[in-house]
Amino acid sequence: MATRNAFDELWGRSEGKEARPGFEALEKWLSETAGTELDRRQQAAESAFRSLGITFSVYGEDEAAERIIPFDIIPRVFSQSEWTALSAGLEQRVQAINAFIDDVYGDRKIIADGVVPAEIVLANSQYCLQAAGFRPPHGIYAHICGIDLVRTGPDEFYVLEDNARTPSGVSYMLENREAMLRLCPELFDLLPVQPIDTYPDQLREMLFSVAPSAIRDPVCVLLTPGHFNSAFYEHSFLADNMGIELVEGSDLEVDDDIVWMRTTDGPVRVDVIYRRVDDAFLDPLLFNPESMLGVPGLMAAYLKGNVTIVNAPGTGIADDKAIYSYMPEIVRYYAGEDPKLPNVETWRCREPQALSYVLEHLGEMVVKLVDGSGGYGMLVGPTASRSEIRRFREALKAEPHRYIAQPTLALSTVPTLTDKGIVPRHVDFRPFVLSGGNGVTIVPGGLTRVALRKGSLVVNSSQGGGTKDSFILGPRGDGG
Amino acid sequence: MLSRTASNLYWIGRFMERAEFTTRLLEATIRLSALTRASGNASEHSVWQGALAVVGAAESFAEKHEALTPSAVNRYLALAEENRNSVRSCIFAARDNARAARAAITREAWEAINRAYLDIRSRSGLGGIQATMAFLETLTADTRGFEGALSRMLRSEAYWFMQLGSVIERGDNTARLLDVKYYLLLPEGEHVGGTLDREQWTTILHTVSARNAYRLLYREALKPWLVADLLILRREMPRSLAACARETVELMTELSSNSGRQGEADRMARKRLSQFDGLEINRIFQSGLHEFLRRFISENVAQDQTIAQQFRFS
Repeated sequence: MATRNAFDELWGRSEGKEARPGFEALEKWLSETAGTELDRRQQAAESAFRSLGITFSVYGEDEAAERIIPFDIIPRVFSQSEWTALSAGLEQRVQAINAFIDDVYGDRKIIADGVVPAEIVLANSQYCLQAAGFRPPHGIYAHICGIDLVRTGPDEFYVLEDNARTPSGVSYMLENREAMLRLCPELFDLLPVQPIDTYPDQLREMLFSVAPSAIRDPVCVLLTPGHFNSAFYEHSFLADNMGIELVEGSDLEVDDDIVWMRTTDGPVRVDVIYRRVDDAFLDPLLFNPESMLGVPGLMAAYLKGNVTIVNAPGTGIADDKAIYSYMPEIVRYYAGEDPKLPNVETWRCREPQALSYVLEHLGEMVVKLVDGSGGYGMLVGPTASRSEIRRFREALKAEPHRYIAQPTLALSTVPTLTDKGIVPRHVDFRPFVLSGGNGVTIVPGGLTRVALRKGSLVVNSSQGGGTKDSFILGPRGDGG
Repeated sequence: MLSRTASNLYWIGRFMERAEFTTRLLEATIRLSALTRASGNASEHSVWQGALAVVGAAESFAEKHEALTPSAVNRYLALAEENRNSVRSCIFAARDNARAARAAITREAWEAINRAYLDIRSRSGLGGIQATMAFLETLTADTRGFEGALSRMLRSEAYWFMQLGSVIERGDNTARLLDVKYYLLLPEGEHVGGTLDREQWTTILHTVSARNAYRLLYREALKPWLVADLLILRREMPRSLAACARETVELMTELSSNSGRQGEADRMARKRLSQFDGLEINRIFQSGLHEFLRRFISENVAQDQTIAQQFRFS
C-alpha cells in the first residue's frame, strides 16, 4: 500500500540499504542500540508521561477516560538546510495569512480584486461579522499558527492545513524533548540538535508585544475551558512555563469595557488574553448564549481596544478548508512572489467540474469536510471499504459544497519502534509560528505525529496516532 | 493569586490531610481490632463503630444497611465511591483540585498527588488483612510523598494556602478523634482502666503518629490525661489543637503580609490562639472535655468560612 512507494526520511528510497547523506549518525545509533534497550526507554517515557498526567481525552468517550498519546523513542531528524527552506516558507505563509485576515476584516481588497470569491469569505460560518472594521495591535490576528506539513520527497513539502485558531500540541513538542534528553542523552552528543526550550519565553514575549498600546507592564492570562478539556494539560503547562495566570471564564469579569480577574487581593486588570477556547464560547452575549465558558462583555472590551485576544476572534476564516484551496493565490497576492511552500492539490467539490472528477476517482482520493477536523468525517479512498465509498459518494452528491478532495499522497515515513521491531510509519509535522510586534519567530522544532498502524495515513491522536521528537540540526555536522 | 486557584489549593491541603488521617485511622483500628478480638465480638464491634464515628461516617454507613464488619468498614472508609470522605474520594477530589490549579503547584507535588490517584484508582477491593495493610502502607507512603513535595515548594501564596487547608483539616481531625474517645480520657488521679483502655490510648497516639512524641515529652507510662495534654495543648506536637491554632495564625500572617491586608479570618485566628494562653489540661477536664472539643470543632468550621469569605473562594 502507501508505505511501499513512500520516501523514507532516514533511508531515502534505498529501502533500508543506505542512510541519506547527513543521516549516518542517526543510522549508526539505531543499529547500535539494542531493540530491548529502545523498548525499555520507550516504556520509561510513557510511564513518565502518565505520572505527569500528560493525557488527552477522546471526544465521544467517557470524559473521565484519560489516555496518554503513544510516544515513539526514535526521533525524526531534519537537516539544517531542510529547516532553513521550511522556515522561510512558513514565515511567508503566516505573514500572508495575517495580511489576508487584516484585509477581509478591513478594506476587502482581495475580494474587490477578484482573487477570492466574496461568498466564500463573507458567507463563511468562520467569518466573524463582529470583528469587521476593528484592527488589533500591529494588525496581527493569527499570533500563533500551527501549520501542518506533509512530505513526499527530499525537497517536497506541502501544507496540509493552516491551524490559525487555537492550535494545540506544543506541550508535546516540549515534553517529548525532555523525555529524549533524559532517556537518550547520547543522541545529543552525536547530533547537533537545536534547542527548543525557549518557546515559552518567546510566546510570553510575543504576548507582551501585542498588548494594547501605552501599557507598560501588561498582565497576560491564559484562558482555558477548564480542567475537563482534552488539552487542559497543555494549557496549564504553558501558563506555568510562562509564569502567567491560568484562568477560566468565571475568573474574569468585564466592567465598563475593561476585563478584570478575580484574585485573593481583589480585581486585577487584564491586558492580554491567550485564549484556548473557540470563538463561539468567548462571549455569551455575542456568540453562544448557552456557553458557561465565556466572559460576558469580553467582545465589547476587545472592540474598544482595552484587551488583546490571542488569537484574535475571527481567525478561523484563514484556516477554513474552502479558503485553504485559495492559499497559493492569497500568498501570491500579499507577498508578491510565488509561495515557497505549496498546497496539496485540492478539488473544491462546490465546482461542478471538480465534483465530477472527484466522483470518478473517489477510490484514490482523500475527501474532507470543509469544516471538519481531527480526522473525523474524512474518507481515505485507498483504505476505505466499499460501503464507506458509497456513503461518501451519496454525501458528495447531496451537499458538494461541504467537501474538498485531495490526492492520496505517499506521505514520507520515519523508522518507528513497534512490536514488530523498527518499521517505517507515515508522519506529518506541525511547527509553531509566532507573530507579534517584533515580527515572526519560529522555534526550531515542531510536533511530529506518526500513524502507528501499518500503512495508515491518519496521524490524529484521536485515531490511533502517536508522537515523536523532531530534531532540527544546527551548524555542526549538517549534511542535508 | 486567582481566588479560584486559592480555593483549589486550600482544598488540596484539606483533602490530602483527610486522606492521610483516614488511612492512619484504619491502620490503627486494624491493630486495635486484633488486640480486642480476644475479649469478644462486642468490643471489636465497638472498635469499628468508633472508627466510623471519628470521620463522621457512622450515619451514612448505617444507611447502607450493611453488617458492621471489619472488612465492610475498611472498604467503606478506604475505597467506597459513595462515601465522599473515603480515602479514595479524598484523593480523587484532591487531584481534581490539583488539575485545576496545576500551574500553581510544583511538578513534584502534582506527581505525588497523581501517584496516590493512580494507586487507588485501580483498586477495586482491599483483599485480606495482609493485602489491606500493604495497601494502607502504600497510601501512607503516597501522602508522605505529597508532604515532602509540599515542604520543598517555594514559600509563597500557593504553599501557604495548601498549608492552611492542611492545618484547618488537621485540627478538625485531632478534635474529632479525641471527642469520640473522650470518655476514655480521664483526668489525673482517676481510676485507670484495664489493658483495653490502655490500648485505646495507644490507638489514639498511633492514629496521629505520636507514640514517640509521647515518650520523648513525658518519659513515663501512658496516662490518659497526658494523652489529652499532648494532643490538645502541647505546641511541640504539630497535630495538637494548640499547634494548629498557632500555625493558622502564622499562615494567615504570611498571607496578609503578602497582600498588605487583614480581615475577619485573621482576627478570628488570633482570638482562637489566645484561648490557649496559659490553659491547663486540668481546667479543660473541669469544664468538660467533650464540650471543649465540640466548641473547637464548631469554631474550626467558622474559621473555614471566614477564610473562604476573606479570599473570595466562591
